[in-house]
Amino acid sequence: MSSATQSNYKPATRTGRITDYVDQRVGGSGIVREFGRKIFPDHWSFMFGEVALYSFIILLMSGTFLTFFFDPSMAESVYSGPYVPLKGMDMSVAMNSTLHISFEIRGGLFMRQVHHWSALLFTASVAVHMLRVFFTGAFRKPRELNWVVGGVLLILSLADGFTGYSLPDDLLSGNGLRIIDGVIKSIPIIGTYISFFLFGGEFPGTAIIGRLYVLHILLIPALILLMVAIHLFMVVVHKHTQFPGPGRNDRNIVGYPLGPVYAAKAGGFFFIVFGVIAFFAAAFTINPIWNYGPYDPSPISAGTQPDWYIGWVDGALRLMPGWLFGVPLEWNIPLPWGVNTLSLNVLVPALIPAGIVFTLLFTYPWIERWITRDDREHHVLDRPRNAPTRTAIGAAGVIFYCVLWAAASSDLIATHFKVSLNDVIYWLRALFFLGPILGFIVTRRIALALQRKDREIALHGRETGRIVRLPHGEFQEIHAQLDEYKRYRLVSFESPKPEQGIPNENGIVTKREKRRSKLSHFFFEDRVAPVTPAELAAGHGHHEEITAGDGTKQVSH
Amino acid sequence: MGDHSDGTPTTSDAVAKAGHGEVEKFQDPGLPPHRLRLADTDPRAAKRAERQVAILFAISIVGTLVFFFAYFGIRLDSTIGTLRLQNLFLGLGTAFAMLGIGVAIVHWAKTLMPDHEVSEERHVVRTEDDRQVAVKIVDDIIEETGIKRRPLIRNTLIGALALTPFPAIVLFRDLGPLPGNSLRHTMWDKGVRLVRDPTGTPIKATDVTNGSAFHVIPDGLNELTEGKLNEKAKSVVLLMRLNPDELHPSQGREDWAYNGIVAYSKICTHVGCPVALYEQQTHHLLCPCHQSTFDLTQECKVIFGPANRPLPQLPITVDNEGYLVAQSDFHEPVGPSFWERG
Repeated sequence: MSSATQSNYKPATRTGRITDYVDQRVGGSGIVREFGRKIFPDHWSFMFGEVALYSFIILLMSGTFLTFFFDPSMAESVYSGPYVPLKGMDMSVAMNSTLHISFEIRGGLFMRQVHHWSALLFTASVAVHMLRVFFTGAFRKPRELNWVVGGVLLILSLADGFTGYSLPDDLLSGNGLRIIDGVIKSIPIIGTYISFFLFGGEFPGTAIIGRLYVLHILLIPALILLMVAIHLFMVVVHKHTQFPGPGRNDRNIVGYPLGPVYAAKAGGFFFIVFGVIAFFAAAFTINPIWNYGPYDPSPISAGTQPDWYIGWVDGALRLMPGWLFGVPLEWNIPLPWGVNTLSLNVLVPALIPAGIVFTLLFTYPWIERWITRDDREHHVLDRPRNAPTRTAIGAAGVIFYCVLWAAASSDLIATHFKVSLNDVIYWLRALFFLGPILGFIVTRRIALALQRKDREIALHGRETGRIVRLPHGEFQEIHAQLDEYKRYRLVSFESPKPEQGIPNENGIVTKREKRRSKLSHFFFEDRVAPVTPAELAAGHGHHEEITAGDGTKQVSH
Repeated sequence: MGDHSDGTPTTSDAVAKAGHGEVEKFQDPGLPPHRLRLADTDPRAAKRAERQVAILFAISIVGTLVFFFAYFGIRLDSTIGTLRLQNLFLGLGTAFAMLGIGVAIVHWAKTLMPDHEVSEERHVVRTEDDRQVAVKIVDDIIEETGIKRRPLIRNTLIGALALTPFPAIVLFRDLGPLPGNSLRHTMWDKGVRLVRDPTGTPIKATDVTNGSAFHVIPDGLNELTEGKLNEKAKSVVLLMRLNPDELHPSQGREDWAYNGIVAYSKICTHVGCPVALYEQQTHHLLCPCHQSTFDLTQECKVIFGPANRPLPQLPITVDNEGYLVAQSDFHEPVGPSFWERG
């Protein structure tokens, strides 16, 4: 950029002069040149990430509004607001100011409900977005690290959800904190200390709401913003993945340019997400704290549920028995300095299921990479059916989660369906182990069956529903061949074969290699190969061509 | 259909292997031919789409007006009804304001903006050239600092940096006091009256009829000016009366009940929820949080659910006025287990 070329340009309009002024100082032309027509692929499943981003923006806006009125103090106060049933009741200032927002600030209740609904949508869309990425194999090289960033975002969104849930200091959230306190106390050696440091002394103390408030509105959102920035930066570096199809491969990206089509669709979608959340906030009451009342360690309501994203941990707490076949799961361990207590009935369900899920989540890209030895960059997604074992693992994970989630509603299942609560727990305990295994088997079979159906369609065409009677009396259904574009979508996938262990330079197949080979067989032994041109040609060989309608159709036999 | 669709080894030989055997794969036919939309060819359809977009924007304007109407027009009169009404219309106004804009823009993009899919080349994330240059730069930087040649600087730097985080950790020490003995004691003591929660009125043994249950706090709790909830979180008690021969007290606990009246800690030994559900017929106590079930006739032994320990029993008797009082504090810590509990 020489000053000579700059001085040659004289903007004609006022807008032009302002734009040029800014451009000379920030280099906007370069940005527009780079991004103005950047290509983004289009698919409905790519919108989950957008929903997450937009609901986070809505969370920031509605949350900022709420901070202007909310007072995170646990000082005692007496309610004197307009809601009659609570008049004269002792409650914390936090609860009091939440009631004030709900009943006396116009639009305050609406903003609270917008905030809560978008929090539920945020965590849900992050989770579903990750499922989409998992099932389509978008986490493969070069995106493994961005998958990890996504996992961190998922954890942060759960943390921000829970800290926010506790802030009104109502009966429901207070009992949630009480459960958290009980879980923390079960941690060996340091548990009691963590509890006392977190609550500033004994439960509930007068510090916890203020501390959660700082975490909720400052620390965690800042971390989320940082992670979102890294996440989106990496999306720009990698460009987006795309679904397989004619004209799409790992070296190109097919879609709409950012300006105007993609920007319009994505920008318009923000308003749609906002509109849907606003509709929910208008029509469906959420967290009516005036019904629950202020926190008090003595009362509790039956049939209450935690927010959906915490439910699975609560469900795990419910499923774990305190005694297993007459053996206590809480151990008093005699040690030289005295007897210490290890509460496995609390510690195990609180840590192990979440530990399994997040460990597998964070390591899965490397596990699969190790098994497949695949070091290539992948920008074309897998259709879930074309990676049957991965899809089955994902389905097993979803079922594992859903069993725990259902367990968090065990009492409601029992009362609604008029069955014994104990039986519900027994069944869910069995499903905790069997559900993922059954889900794995069934999903893999379904994926393989869908692949076979794809093969059949690629080879023989689709059923037209037209039955034709041949001269010798035989009835046949006319099959219409696919055009080459549709066919390419069904045949353009890889189906890796199980690998034998590769001997090292000394000609020895190491134990590690043998394990890899075993896993490779587990992954790829049951496989369906894509149709090849030779197979298609051979198929045509025994087809009898007839002319039907305006195009050339095939009769399959 | 044919048996060659089941992926048995006989046909899997025909599979293209990654890297070679390209001839056995279908050739990419390239992007499918572009198909024109109705609005691309028919000016009337385009005009119709234009009108639809404009109507949607107009709906958004109406939505915003509805919001103003709800905000200024509906007066909150301290009933839930007006609150709900205002919330409904504020929300519907916002929803239409937002959905109008959103749907309009997306409809505009889908019907009137170009729908040609475009292909663009990807760039490799890292080029070999960049890598070599970067390695050279980093090597030069490290060389210029001289950190490899001067181990004294390197080692003291590592030592200094390793120590600096510890003050930051120590700073958090005063987040709370150390637990000490506080989890082992409650307000209950010899002669403390059992009073009703939340009114604080004392209970005569004769008030407790067979089959009834009382939510109980220690006398004096309501008068506490500080730490009331902390004390309450440890000392809430359930009081129930059974037929004395339905109780099966163990050795040493025979006189902890009074005429079949027993008092047990209401704080679940699992993770601390209030065990608030009393099934009168079966004499079971059920925790509504995680459904731990305790049997009153077996000194609140756990008979189902995730809890492990029985609820602690509060030894009670009556004072000379006939009111129920505690004989002592609980004989063990109440609530969830913790490492030092023993």
